[in-house]
Amino acid sequence: MTRRTAVLSFAVVLAVGGLDACRKKPEPDPVPAASPATDPNAQRRADSIAAANLATRRRADSIAAADAAAAAAKAGDETKRTSAELAQILAQKVYFDYDKDVLRDDARAVLDAKAPILIANGWVSLSVTGHTDERGTAEYNLALGQRRAAQVKRYLESKGVPENRMSTQSMGDSQPVAQGTDEASYQQNRRAEFEFPANGGALVRPKS
Amino acid sequence: MRHRRALIALLFLSSPLAAQDTTRGVRIGLTYDPGSKPGVIVLPSKGAGTDSIRAIAQRDLDAGDRVGVIVLDAAATSDATRASAPNWAVLAKLGAAAAVQITPTATGFHLAVYNVATRQTALIRDYVAPAMTEMRPWRAALHGLCDDLEESLTGTRGISRTRVLFERGKRIWVVDSDGEQSSPLTEVGTAGSPAWHPSGSMIAYSNLIPSQILVQDLTTGRARTLASGNGVFISPTFTPDGLNVVYGHGVDDGVDIFSIALAGGPGRRLSVGRGTDNVQPTFSADGRHIAFTSGRPGHPEIYTMDADGTNVDLLTPLEFGENAYRASPDWSPDGRSVAFQSRIGGIFQIMTIGLRDRGLKQLTSDGQNEEPSWAPDGRHLVFGSNRGGVKQLWVLDTETGRARQLTRGAAVRNPSWSPRLSSSS
Repeated sequence: MTRRTAVLSFAVVLAVGGLDACRKKPEPDPVPAASPATDPNAQRRADSIAAANLATRRRADSIAAADAAAAAAKAGDETKRTSAELAQILAQKVYFDYDKDVLRDDARAVLDAKAPILIANGWVSLSVTGHTDERGTAEYNLALGQRRAAQVKRYLESKGVPENRMSTQSMGDSQPVAQGTDEASYQQNRRAEFEFPANGGALVRPKS
Repeated sequence: MRHRRALIALLFLSSPLAAQDTTRGVRIGLTYDPGSKPGVIVLPSKGAGTDSIRAIAQRDLDAGDRVGVIVLDAAATSDATRASAPNWAVLAKLGAAAAVQITPTATGFHLAVYNVATRQTALIRDYVAPAMTEMRPWRAALHGLCDDLEESLTGTRGISRTRVLFERGKRIWVVDSDGEQSSPLTEVGTAGSPAWHPSGSMIAYSNLIPSQILVQDLTTGRARTLASGNGVFISPTFTPDGLNVVYGHGVDDGVDIFSIALAGGPGRRLSVGRGTDNVQPTFSADGRHIAFTSGRPGHPEIYTMDADGTNVDLLTPLEFGENAYRASPDWSPDGRSVAFQSRIGGIFQIMTIGLRDRGLKQLTSDGQNEEPSWAPDGRHLVFGSNRGGVKQLWVLDTETGRARQLTRGAAVRNPSWSPRLSSSS
């Protein structure tokens, strides 16, 4: 056994002794402590016990802190998950028929899901951008995109979302998401998109 | 252009030139069959850049569609430079009513026009031009000479010294009328719908982000915002007096046509669309009327109104059905018709409608053709077409149906043909 190993073993023995001391047992009769001045070994033993006690307290504290952090993280994750889920609903696009700004049933359903979230999260402002497919003139498509965005805004307003928390704009046919020249591509491009600044806040569920 | 092989050397004799007419812009009284185009030969000359000068002149005259340019082969051209005066008999045999010679000088160009039938020099004129190294202004000066020349030959001024604005990659670009000198005027962004000031020295255009109408001085390159705010600001056009800009603007209740002073100030609403889209205003030459695209019947049609927004009237015959779509009006410079795009069989084509008889003419049928803009001669139109694949600008002679491609490269849209440009524009 090397000298270093011997020292570690000693420390472990002392530590175990210290832990034993923490267990709830009937208190033994006090034994007069040997005076450190007269007994150097007794002083070393006392110091070791104190160090072991300190280490134990620290470990217990850190376990408690870790438990608290885990609990907080769990709660934070839940908040984040909820917020992300609601953000996904807010970001969901709505689609239109060719050359129309009329809200179809599927678009109304999407907007119906957004409205209560917007009402429950009064800090959220929503930007609605209207888009068109490539057919027709650039200028008329810009106007059509604006009409689509305005139609969405009006509908959300009718569902209780304050007008001053929504803005509209149009990109016309300038930002297609699908490049094809078939109806499936055109349908993907005839849409309204939604943006809302995060502002560091978390979205909360509307109270049912 | 007509191509003829000939001994160009025979076109010149060593005799001195005949009497000279130095009056600018006169019609020189060519004789040729009614209904036909006078044949014109651009003679070779000596000096630096003469090949370029001759090629540009031939192309300008050809693009004007009012003369028949007789092109001689290259080998014969070099022989011709040894001679010094026209051979009238050979010119007549080639079918030329006139011969033209443009010679570079220390200060610009020297133009000589020969009337083949009378065997006389019909016109002599000297032009001041920048050095050839200053390519754009040098070419502009030569285009101006060619416009003078066309006026002398036919009585109608040419359109060579004009340019065309267009959109490419969300920037505003400009190209000379012969398809050369193409360059961007704005930075990469979201610019669109360019329009010329009547002076040719300024343009207006729209921007999407932020939403605004801007005007840009072409001499300094500086742009300033004329109108901006929420919603869309689109399709600006200048009033014919150049003092106001008329444009489409709307936020949540459709798009209407507004007017704003070029000097600035509040926008004044002209149209009352009641929630519909009213865009693409275009003025009659006298400035008294506006044609525009309106969605008020449920789909886009062309309407007219007085310049103050009153007396709204449907111009195009109302068409019913899913496919009805008339848009992009441009009022002809002579005031007689409006060009527009109309969907026919699911594909857009260029059409005109007469202001007096409401007669419709379909001008295109090859591919998809959109966004017509008149040349200042009221005879040619530039428009976007995918007939060659990628959408490019094409120029159409509305009298003969002849079309030529103006731009090449990445896709383009929304052309706007300039007025005739002066040396200061």
